[in-house]
Amino acid sequence: MTDTLRTGLFAGLVVALIVGTGVLDNWNLALIIVNYGLISAIMALGVNLQWGLAGLFNVGVMGFVALGGLAAVLISMPPVPEAWAAGGGQVLGALAIGAAVIAGLIAVYKRTAGRVRVIAMVVLGIVGFFLFRSVFDAGVQAIEAVNPASTGFLGGLNFGGDSGRDWPIMAVIAWPVGGMLAAGAAWIIGKTALGLRSDYLAIATLGIAEIIIAILKNENWMSRGVMNVIGLPRPVPYETDLQADPDFVATVTDLGLDPTLASTLWVKLLYSGLFAAFLIVLLILAQRALHSPWGRMMRAIRDNEVAARAMGKNVTARHLQVFIIGSAICGLAGAMMTTLDGQLTPAAYQPLRFTFLVWVMVIVGGSGNNFGSVLGGMLIWWLWVAVGEYGPDLMIWATAWMSDDSAFKANLVNSAPQMRFLVMGTVLLLILRFSPRGILPEK
Amino acid sequence: MDFLNGLVFLTNFVIIPAAAYGAQLALGALGITLVYAILRFSNFAHGDTMALGTGITIKLTAVLVAFGITLGPLPTALLALPVGIAATGVILLVTDWLVYKFYREQKAKPVILVIVSLGVMFVMNGLTRVFFGVRDIQFADGERFLITVRQFRDMTGLDEGLAIRTTQAITLVTAVIVMTALFWFLNKTRTGKSMRAFSDNEDLALLSGIDPDRVVRVTWLLVGALATTAGVLYGLDKSFKAFTYFQLLLPMFAAAIVGGIGNPKGAIVGGFLIAFAEVTVTYPLKKVLTYWLPDSMAPEGLVQLLSGDYKFAVSFIILIIVLLFRPTGLFKGQSI
Repeated sequence: MTDTLRTGLFAGLVVALIVGTGVLDNWNLALIIVNYGLISAIMALGVNLQWGLAGLFNVGVMGFVALGGLAAVLISMPPVPEAWAAGGGQVLGALAIGAAVIAGLIAVYKRTAGRVRVIAMVVLGIVGFFLFRSVFDAGVQAIEAVNPASTGFLGGLNFGGDSGRDWPIMAVIAWPVGGMLAAGAAWIIGKTALGLRSDYLAIATLGIAEIIIAILKNENWMSRGVMNVIGLPRPVPYETDLQADPDFVATVTDLGLDPTLASTLWVKLLYSGLFAAFLIVLLILAQRALHSPWGRMMRAIRDNEVAARAMGKNVTARHLQVFIIGSAICGLAGAMMTTLDGQLTPAAYQPLRFTFLVWVMVIVGGSGNNFGSVLGGMLIWWLWVAVGEYGPDLMIWATAWMSDDSAFKANLVNSAPQMRFLVMGTVLLLILRFSPRGILPEK
Repeated sequence: MDFLNGLVFLTNFVIIPAAAYGAQLALGALGITLVYAILRFSNFAHGDTMALGTGITIKLTAVLVAFGITLGPLPTALLALPVGIAATGVILLVTDWLVYKFYREQKAKPVILVIVSLGVMFVMNGLTRVFFGVRDIQFADGERFLITVRQFRDMTGLDEGLAIRTTQAITLVTAVIVMTALFWFLNKTRTGKSMRAFSDNEDLALLSGIDPDRVVRVTWLLVGALATTAGVLYGLDKSFKAFTYFQLLLPMFAAAIVGGIGNPKGAIVGGFLIAFAEVTVTYPLKKVLTYWLPDSMAPEGLVQLLSGDYKFAVSFIILIIVLLFRPTGLFKGQSI
């Protein structure tokens, strides 16, 4: 079977599954799967760059996705002027102090040695920490006191009216910014952790992701923490506006559709178009990178680091580079997802869903193959939703022989949506065992 | 008197909880380190193995309680623990036979085994969720306290009280017993010695007639025992929730690596180190300092260095510092 045929068949399978969901169940669900599937495909593309191309074992995907989500809030939400007046400057000042202290620590580390270095660093560190906290805490308190029920944070940079709805473009601008935020974090992480052995890098990135989530949950002045930010502006029209628009209602009625249903489908289709556009651009870039001299160099480094080093390749710099690019793509996808959700809920970020599921997508699709990752992302996302949606029905059928008042049966039926973890693990293990290079292997 | 009061307060809120937590982490880290020493990969499924073993033990406890069998002042779960350990051991042996064995025979790279362990992690997590649900389960019964705050105050006449929960005492006692037994096994028995030989040099061990399959089987059984014990103790002390066990993975790995991965002694030291650092940094120390410092220097704030949510940051920072400056860990671990 040729590669093109294989790719075509795989793409056909994914399309058939989604169309099948639309025909047999409902089209809203099918389009929801498409939208999140497209976002998952972008994440998988990012992880594939890091793992498939460069062999970097990054299990901190969740952190970068969450940073993208933060960017969606910081860019597309309207600012809260009262909060800025109350403590905005102070918090920014505190952050500047923090940055200065860290820069000072680095300078001390570089310029001194021996006992002087230890003493100077400890003193500077402690003094700096308490100075930072004293300025920072007061500013944070002032911000969080501003109307805590609905704001209590600084808000974003969207000056398009009270709700930010007048500037819907800010929602799209937030996506690349999410990528940049993730790239910045990846630079800091890569500088410290990339030299580590692969499984140590895995533990380190796992930790970083948890810390990023802890920051999102805890720093209320930034994104309201666990109180969540809701009502993020979107780049597409609102369903209610469409239903109130006589032109739209007339057009869809002519087509024989119910206006309410048509409005929900139309909004989702617009999202699909936007996401697909980003995905196609990224896929083209990723393909170009893969087949360029740069891509060959990356694979050479992956396959034999020592030999690549001997050829004069700067392995450390290349690793850092690809780590940043891959993480930025995950951040971009994370910002898209938060915009699509319309809210940022830090408690919803769970490693199994946002890190390891993406890994399943890449490995099942075929690590090292961009099309494989993208289609793997869509396929695994479909499976994830399908098991959650149809699992309970299946479990009722499978437990039909048990008596209805059995507590065990009730427990199994209630937990049926949790079967998705079981299914994902089984799929991953089966692929690793019988087709370790994935459905579409690297050429 | 102020000094004593401060000390009692510190013991009550920092030292005892951190010691119990440290013992739980150490037991978990021992399991991780054993897998690393013998099977030579980082087992990401370890947290979910703990959850699965604990879930089984909880179900057995419920059955015992339903039949009216309890341990009196001690939690009934201790009675169910041996059976839970056996069940977990069997599950791990089956997992090894179904999954890991294939890659071992192929001599797959360690990173492939790590990815395989991600698959096992998903499956075990799914099993835990399907069979035991995702809600919080409290399963500690029996006496709640060994000493209550009031009893301690009446006994000593101090202002501050010291409470020791039964679960904390049990954790420490069990941990000491399990660790002693493990070291006795590794250092004194023939099987234990063959495991150490296998860990030090696989080829030489094979040459001297050690059966590798037997070493692997014994390792998984030990890992099952350590994981289930750690999980049950943690669950008794706090509560059982599928998700929190996954989150223990980070501090447990940090403990194993900080101590020197592959080195059991290191895992124990690492566990306590991580636990004490985590609790000290995230607990408000205002009251202790108020007791200990002269009035003029008494702190105004809470002196909570980091909020509790940042406890992951503590283990992470310790981990990074050790990895950057002493990659083999405090005790010399293996590096492959």
